[in-house]
Amino acid sequence: MNTETLEEMAAKERAAASEIPVRLNVCASTSCLSRGADELTKTLNKQLRTAKQTKQCKVRSVGCMGLCAKGPMVEIECPAKPADDPESRQLLRGVTVEDADELLEHAMSGRKFERLDWPTDTPFFTRQHRIVLENSGLIDPERIEDYIARGGYAGLVKALTEYTPSQVIDEVARSGLRGRGGGGFPTGIKWATVAKSDGDRKYVICNADEGDPGAFMDRSVLDSDPHRVLEGMITAGYAVGASHAYIYVRGEYPLAILRLKRAINQAKRIGVLGTNLCDTPFAFDVEIRLGAGAFVCGEETALIASIEGRRGTPRPRPPYPASYGLWGKPTLINNVETFANIPWIMRHGGDALAAIGTERSKGTKVFALAGTIVNNGLIEVPMGITLREIVEEIGEGVPDGKAFKAVQTGGPSGGCIPAEHLDMPVDYESLVKAGSIMGSGGMVVMDETSNMVDVARFFMEFCKDESCGKCIPCRVGTSVMLDLLEKLCKKEAAPRDLELLKELCDVVRSTSLCGLGQTAPNPVLSTLRYFEDEYESALQPADEHGYALPVLQHT
Amino acid sequence: MARQKVPPTQALTLTIDDQTVTAKPGQTVMDVASEHGIDIPHLCYLDGLSIWGACRLCVVEVEGQRRLFSACSTEVAEGMVVSTDSPRLRHYRKVIVEMLFAERNHICAVCVSNGHCELQAMAQRLGVDHIHIPYLNPQLSVDSSHDRFRLDHHRCIVCTRCVRVCAEVEGASTKGMAGRGIMARIINDLNEPWGDSQTCTSCGKCVHVCPTGALVEKGTAAAEMQKRRQFLPYLTVMRDNNHD
Repeated sequence: MNTETLEEMAAKERAAASEIPVRLNVCASTSCLSRGADELTKTLNKQLRTAKQTKQCKVRSVGCMGLCAKGPMVEIECPAKPADDPESRQLLRGVTVEDADELLEHAMSGRKFERLDWPTDTPFFTRQHRIVLENSGLIDPERIEDYIARGGYAGLVKALTEYTPSQVIDEVARSGLRGRGGGGFPTGIKWATVAKSDGDRKYVICNADEGDPGAFMDRSVLDSDPHRVLEGMITAGYAVGASHAYIYVRGEYPLAILRLKRAINQAKRIGVLGTNLCDTPFAFDVEIRLGAGAFVCGEETALIASIEGRRGTPRPRPPYPASYGLWGKPTLINNVETFANIPWIMRHGGDALAAIGTERSKGTKVFALAGTIVNNGLIEVPMGITLREIVEEIGEGVPDGKAFKAVQTGGPSGGCIPAEHLDMPVDYESLVKAGSIMGSGGMVVMDETSNMVDVARFFMEFCKDESCGKCIPCRVGTSVMLDLLEKLCKKEAAPRDLELLKELCDVVRSTSLCGLGQTAPNPVLSTLRYFEDEYESALQPADEHGYALPVLQHT
Repeated sequence: MARQKVPPTQALTLTIDDQTVTAKPGQTVMDVASEHGIDIPHLCYLDGLSIWGACRLCVVEVEGQRRLFSACSTEVAEGMVVSTDSPRLRHYRKVIVEMLFAERNHICAVCVSNGHCELQAMAQRLGVDHIHIPYLNPQLSVDSSHDRFRLDHHRCIVCTRCVRVCAEVEGASTKGMAGRGIMARIINDLNEPWGDSQTCTSCGKCVHVCPTGALVEKGTAAAEMQKRRQFLPYLTVMRDNNHD
């Protein structure tokens, strides 16, 4: 594999595409499949075959187009028309099997399908900045040729043939990319640390154990563009000197696993995985490991334990995986989205990514917009955009005329940000200052009907269920805090209970072994900070010591 | 967790509780502190077994770092300034021990380990005079199926000393863990009655490393169970010598 053969493949693929006058791109991502996209694809193909029109129109399965709540999404694409012609593409939403005839009729005649049309000049599309999702919805995730036609693997070939490993790391460091799994650790520094660690073997691990409630960014990236993640991992392996990698995917993502498996086989076939990549001595191999349903295995040391076949529990750091990781060897662990940024950085240069975003948070971030919001779905926005722009413009606000109350970011480790902070820029530091975290990208919007004590209770229940039970503060603390929050929700709590809740928040946050316990109190602390009145109003009348007054009085 | 042995090429200097001390690279804060007569509270740590880092009683403050570090797992570094005792740490340790009492059913007066229990001693040392955390009062079982020993989940603090000694010193790996979070339990083999275990050698090491009355010898009455764990440093030292 070299640049010439890659360009040859891309040119061939593009030529083949332009020969077909009309392409129907049906979303084949998890959300749209669950709404019947698969059936739709079959029906369309059958009708095209019956009408003997397979040469005029081709049905393709593509990745996520973003508007998950309006699925199944279909795009009518006319590759012959110039790409900047607004008539070359039309996006349709909620297309069902019943609409197949009408859809084909419009597609073949070139008339606009007004009934199911979804305008793409709305803020939902125009305000986005797509880097990680640049191919999402445009390529067939199960065809490596589609990915190559869009510039795929060019960054890797460039890295392997033109760059030394340390130059690759410099490029990543210059981009200012920070870990997209939530921690925000500078990726360049992490790569450099692993590269400098002594070890006869090193490993690369991709953390795809996404588990925050309401978050589906990594799943969509893997569903829609699996090669992108592979390319990022191979580049990382070259940069840090690793020859073996694991992708730890949660078992609840069967489609992502299937597509990753296919992607790995295809990558081996064309020679970007295996030995002597790009005629260099560099060899790289990727294996898939499946998570068995434990949230804590998203924590890097627990994830490593799980890959090693041990019970998935974290261990104290230091030593960090960069020096003592998988099988005791230096290990680079990055999140799916972090790796998915790498091909773009290698193609466009680190400075291009550094030009996007804020002073300390560079590039873009993918968010899963969920909850009570009009445009539920997947978005990618530049860092530094305000929450208001995301919620009110891209998300088009809260439905049914209700008032916005708070947005929850960062999942069970994050917090709730109220309306008065909506003008805050979205970057790592600002979100922490507001009592939440960037997290992996879950964004759950809540309207005025949400009870914030109940929201805190929900997340505490999640943490209690997902605590591994290794360290005492997390194991017992989450359990006791959940009991207290349930008492508050039932309006049976006394001021003493609220005091104890606050005290336990501090103990659990400061003394827990891993991130799960250390951040488990965050949903309580952030709702206490902004909505303390809701806690206060849930309290029972009490005596001067804060204990609930006895129900039975002595006579 | 097995650590690579670092050749003692140089000595490090650090400060623990205003005391300037020297240490070898690769030593932990806990090691160095105990060498200098500073006893950092701990329950899951036991000299001779692998580091577990779970009880969080040994957390210490390190100057210039916001988060706390567990002394048992943190290696010393040149110029490190460690504080093992402060009002904040005392408060945290006290609450953690209270959490253990609230988690299961520890009733000292009727316990065979009364007076010889590390949890009880720790509570006394930290000045725990009452439990202000609501008791969870779980319904637990007692496994008396073994001829000589008994496993009482009511008194277990899930420190996993038994799991580690069984795997690392005896090499039987009978003891294991099942369940997660508050449901985490010590099990024998694949969660079978202890008496049915095919792997247990009945060596009793698990019983004697257990800090509480969770693992005891049968036939002991309240306050009669005294643990004898001299074998552990002996075996560890002898094996290390044989390997070197």
